[in-house]
This record gives sequence, structure tokens and C-alpha cells, in this order.
Amino acid sequence: MIKKFLNQINIRNQCKRYGVPLWQCPQFLFLIMGFGIILTVLLTYFLGTDYIEDPSIVFFIVVFLTIFLITISYTITNSFERLAEVARMKSQFVSVASHHLRSPVTNLRWVIEFLMSGRAGNIRDGQKKYFEILEKNTKKMNILLRDLLIVSRFESGDFFSDKKETSLVEITQKALLDLKEEIDSFNAEINLNIEESLGKVFVDPLQIEIVIRNLLENAIFYGEKEQKTKVEVTIEKNSKKVYFKVKDDGIGISETDKKNIFKKFFRSQNATEYQTTGSGLGLYINKIIIENLGGKIGFKSKENEGSTFWFYLPIKK
Amino acid sequence: MKTILFIEDEHALQLTFKDILGNEQYNVISAFDGEEGLRLAEEKSPDLILLDLILPKKGGIEVLKEIKEREKTKDIPVIVLTNLEDLKKVEKALSLGAKTYLVKANYSLEEVVDKVKKNIKD
Repeated sequence: MIKKFLNQINIRNQCKRYGVPLWQCPQFLFLIMGFGIILTVLLTYFLGTDYIEDPSIVFFIVVFLTIFLITISYTITNSFERLAEVARMKSQFVSVASHHLRSPVTNLRWVIEFLMSGRAGNIRDGQKKYFEILEKNTKKMNILLRDLLIVSRFESGDFFSDKKETSLVEITQKALLDLKEEIDSFNAEINLNIEESLGKVFVDPLQIEIVIRNLLENAIFYGEKEQKTKVEVTIEKNSKKVYFKVKDDGIGISETDKKNIFKKFFRSQNATEYQTTGSGLGLYINKIIIENLGGKIGFKSKENEGSTFWFYLPIKK
Repeated sequence: MKTILFIEDEHALQLTFKDILGNEQYNVISAFDGEEGLRLAEEKSPDLILLDLILPKKGGIEVLKEIKEREKTKDIPVIVLTNLEDLKKVEKALSLGAKTYLVKANYSLEEVVDKVKKNIKD
């Protein structure tokens, strides 16, 4: 009972529950407006007693003003509370739906992987291409669900990293190996510049793999049509940080789109012309992950000339 | 032949793991709920337990706790294999003695088999 009451008056907890910043939180707004009303009523009273002789008029003005202000602030707070509740329910729906979809998608992915391994019997040549289609699509579903869950966890304050000693070089090489088919089909040329004795960083390996893969995919997928895309990957360090850089000579980003590039669900105009399937979550998620690991992410780009995306991470634990 | 107890309520996964781990010369026994899992862990003394967390009758964390408390089962390596990606659950499972915590969606079947090989009793 007491715990419930304390939780109710804990504004920070309430804001976290709604997943909104403090200044948009209904409880905080109510508090601020409450102070505003008290100050306005007191000021009106003192000014009224100075300028109006009849105390009953002052009384009525103060009472009217108090009722008016309380009604207005109640309406505003109530509207904010409803909006925050809708936002919370929407986020919760995404989270629950993604969770419930995740298990059957994993089961499907593993069963397809098992069938394709040939351990359950040989696959006929005519069937193989259809299994490959199934495999690709379940992987895509898995990635989309993963991305939605990362966003949902981040917005509800439950996002966490499971940090371990990790080699960015190994992860990059694995990602490039996984992307071999795409590299070939997009006619991309990859150059790796890796500083010797780079060592390891203390990060979440699965999360950093998501970041590196997203950056590599963007560089490969958004090359100029009918032209070999050159992608240059650089990993280097100084005494405190490890730097990761992906440079491409692809379609680039227009000046107007630059400010939105790390926003949720944003896809630049020229990107949608080249690739229709992106969710617009990749770079938003990259920013969440890198900043959560204590690093920074950024880019420079010129439309039709190419882009360089970079991030750095602290070396120390 | 080494024995693996797979505590998982999804029939499709039980079937797949029985075949894939069987191919690797492991004997896989299946439990479809927490209570059955605990009973089979005591009766069969497997060399490794693969444990889901969302289970009927008794939840995975409770099962793990009891496995690690019981004299007969406390030394059996346990791999948690779940889709629950929750920091509190990860910390709890590892503190109770799970060898590792794998989120199913983040791994391929082959990678899970590798983890089994790495963690199974010598």
C-alpha cells in the first residue's frame, strides 16, 4: 500500500512508465501548473486587496480565477496523460507482439536451417531455391523483430548491453563473410584497413555486430547503379578509443536529409529509390547501441559522391 | 553416448534438437514442462541440460534453482535457451549457476550445437 503510494508520487518512475521525458510527463506538468496556480491566485489576491476596495469582489475574482485555472490545468494534464498512456500502450503492443512472434520465427528459422543442412534427408535440386527463399525471409523477419524489440526496450528504459572482451576485426570479418552474396550481387569492392595490434574492446558482441552489419549493408546496398561500389573499412585506435569507419562512393545523403538520418523510421528520399525494403531503423538502432556503450556515431556525406559513417568506442572497461 | 536433457515445451524444437543432436551422437531426452524436467534430471543424470525459461507447471528459473540445490543434479551443466531477453533474468540465471544464457533469436542452430559441445560434461 505504502509502496504503491510512494510509487504514485515518484514522478521519475511515472515518466519512465510512460516512456516520455520529464517535461512531457503528466505528473510533472500537474506539479508545475499547481505551483503556477498558487502563485497566480496569491498575486491576484494581493493586487486585488491593493486596488479593489470591496473585499467580496476580491473574493469572487480569486475564487473564479482559481476554478478557471484548475479546470484548464486539469484538462491539459488529463490530455497529456491520455496521450502518454496511448504511447505506452502502443510501445507495449509492439513489445508483446514482437515477443510472441519471436518464438515461432526462431522455430521456423531453425527447422529450415536443419532441413537445408541435409541431415533430415537430401533436398532435391528443384526444392533448394525455395528453401533458400524461406531461409532469407525468416532471417528478415527475425531481424525486423529484433530491431523492433531493441527500439521498444530502449524507449521503455530496459535496454541493456552484455559486455565482453570483443574483437571488432573478427566481427567485421564475420559480417563480410555473411554478406558475401550481397557483395557479389551489388558488385561491391571491399578494402579493409586494419591497424596492427588493435586489441579488444569491452562491448556487447551481438550488439556491435548489428552496428557493423548495418553500416556495411548501407555502404554495399546504396551504391550507384551499374557501377562498381568501392567500400573502404578502417579500424584504428589511439590510447583511449577504437575508431571504426566505413567509406563508400555510393549515392550519398542530401543536405535536407542529413539532420534526420539517425531518426526512427527515417529513410532518405534517394535511399527509397534504390532499396524499397529497409525499415528505417538501422541507423537509429546504431545510435542507441553506440551511445549506450559510451561511444559516439556520426557521418559525413555528399549527395551522389558517397558517405563515410564512423563510430568510436572507449577501450577501457 | 552422452545424454542431453532438453526442457522445452515447443514440440517443433524438441523434434529438431532430437535429430540434430542425435546426428552429433548425443542421446536427447525430452521434457515438456518444468516438473517433468526436474524429475528426469534426477532420474537420468544427463551430461547437460538445455533449459527454456517459459515453461508450464514450473518456470525455468525455479527449475534451475532446484537443479543447483539438489545433490544429485547440482554438477550438471545447464545452458539456458530462451527468447526472454531480460537483464534481470540473465543475471539471475547466471548467479544460480547456469553455464551460459542464449537468446534463441540471436543464434543459429549450428551455434547452439557448438555451445552444447563446449559445455557438455567431459
